[in-house]
Amino acid sequence: MTKDELKESIIIALPTAVFDETGEWLNVQVEATEWKAMAQWLRNSMLQMDYLFCLTCIDWKTHLTVVYHLTSTSHRIPIVIKIKLDRQQPQVETVSDIWRTAEFHEREVFELFGVQFLHHPDLRRLILTDDFEGFPLRKDFEDPVNMVKL
Amino acid sequence: MYTETQIIKDTTQFSSNGHEGELVINVGPQHPATHGVLHLVITLNGETIKKVEPHLGYIHRSIEKMCESLTYRQFIYVTSRMDYLSAHMNNHACAMTVEKGLQIEVPPRAQYIRVIMDELTRIASHELWWGAMAMDLGAFTPFFYAFRERETINDIMEETCGARLTMNYMVPGGVMADIHPLFQQKVKDFIKLFKSKIDEYDELVTGNIIFQNRMKGVGLLSKEDAISYGCSGPVARGSGVSCDIRKLYPYEVYDKVAFDEVLENEGDSFARYMVRVREMHQSIRIIEQLIDNIPEGDFQAKTKAVLKLPKGEFYTRVETARGELGVYIVSEGGTTPYRIKFRSPGFSNLSALDHMARGSKIGDLMAMMGTLDLVIPDIDR
Repeated sequence: MTKDELKESIIIALPTAVFDETGEWLNVQVEATEWKAMAQWLRNSMLQMDYLFCLTCIDWKTHLTVVYHLTSTSHRIPIVIKIKLDRQQPQVETVSDIWRTAEFHEREVFELFGVQFLHHPDLRRLILTDDFEGFPLRKDFEDPVNMVKL
Repeated sequence: MYTETQIIKDTTQFSSNGHEGELVINVGPQHPATHGVLHLVITLNGETIKKVEPHLGYIHRSIEKMCESLTYRQFIYVTSRMDYLSAHMNNHACAMTVEKGLQIEVPPRAQYIRVIMDELTRIASHELWWGAMAMDLGAFTPFFYAFRERETINDIMEETCGARLTMNYMVPGGVMADIHPLFQQKVKDFIKLFKSKIDEYDELVTGNIIFQNRMKGVGLLSKEDAISYGCSGPVARGSGVSCDIRKLYPYEVYDKVAFDEVLENEGDSFARYMVRVREMHQSIRIIEQLIDNIPEGDFQAKTKAVLKLPKGEFYTRVETARGELGVYIVSEGGTTPYRIKFRSPGFSNLSALDHMARGSKIGDLMAMMGTLDLVIPDIDR
């Protein structure tokens, strides 16, 4: 399988997807409401995207972007999925039932960025203390005591 | 030293759904067998593990946030403190990401030095794991055996890099300084010494029937689960998942050397143990092929004083001693990264612990944790 074949099969499955091929890997922008069905399809279709190797979030000040890096252990062509979320009320469906590793990664993104992963089995804090306020990896987070700015 | 394995009678205090007859115990944050500040809340029914909940963050320094205010030359120094046993590989991954963004060609001499350093680090890391692993299971002697050889590597590192643990030796464009005049000879001496000693390891631990009984059939992780949990490195390879970045996506001179990707199919603790022991032999094989052939020339490419990555996203992967380390840089064209994410191998590997441990006996937990080779600063970052 090549990058172009990957793109073609995604166009057929999800016509609304927006592509970005400037980077090393194929980037696909997906709507939050369409993500869950798309994730299931990516995992179970002939693409066999069974390995979620990175899940993170970026704060763009106007919105948040959740980034999923996926690959397959059979054809090994990576794909990057990006989901734009509202900064005030970021919500997206969990994929922890499809890729088990997402359970941990989503918890990390939840507490550091404040993204709500709907239907997550155990969306609790993983790293921060219970009384911590704010989302430390957001760009507007301020901590005059513990944060050193250069 | 004291352990904080305390018994809490009120099961509702820590367990989200406390049931009759269940007991919740805390292992850590200060526990000798977690080798760092990892806190595991374990729900037990008698001796059987019902659930393992890791609580992290005791050594979280938010390196990702720190890096947002550090330049592309500075941030590499912080990454030595993530997985401190794979400091060279962490630096390597970061340097490679910057080189990818700026399209810097690394001189062949630096590429050779980098790979030799990586493999020496891998041996040192696996040796420390081997000693600590055996110590977790109650055997103290192996720890001293492992440290005896590991010291030799540390001395070699000290001479060339000026540090024994947090090396900060690999910089964008190559390596920070040329190798020490005695480097090649000392590495060759080490290989000779190590080859005579590594069989002792097998005699002392691997073939020991008590050790094998404690390891075989413990902490089973199937191939499908290893993939689903995002495991990498020796943990995944112990379950038969081919995932060696050095083979799949060769970087530097890994495509020029002959070595085997070590795979075991059993998926138990003993398989993961055997992967690491066999990997040490492969690392020796790689170093032997390179050490006499380090080409002459520059050890660092000429780079600008101030590095500015073009706007865009860059992702690099390297194989550290624990698995796949990914460095994901989002650049807005400035001198500092806009966002940086370290996909650390330990974080994903730890997520499989709960699945592995359910249904086993509490006594086997350390045999499972030991073979995950957890380094807590790598998980917490």
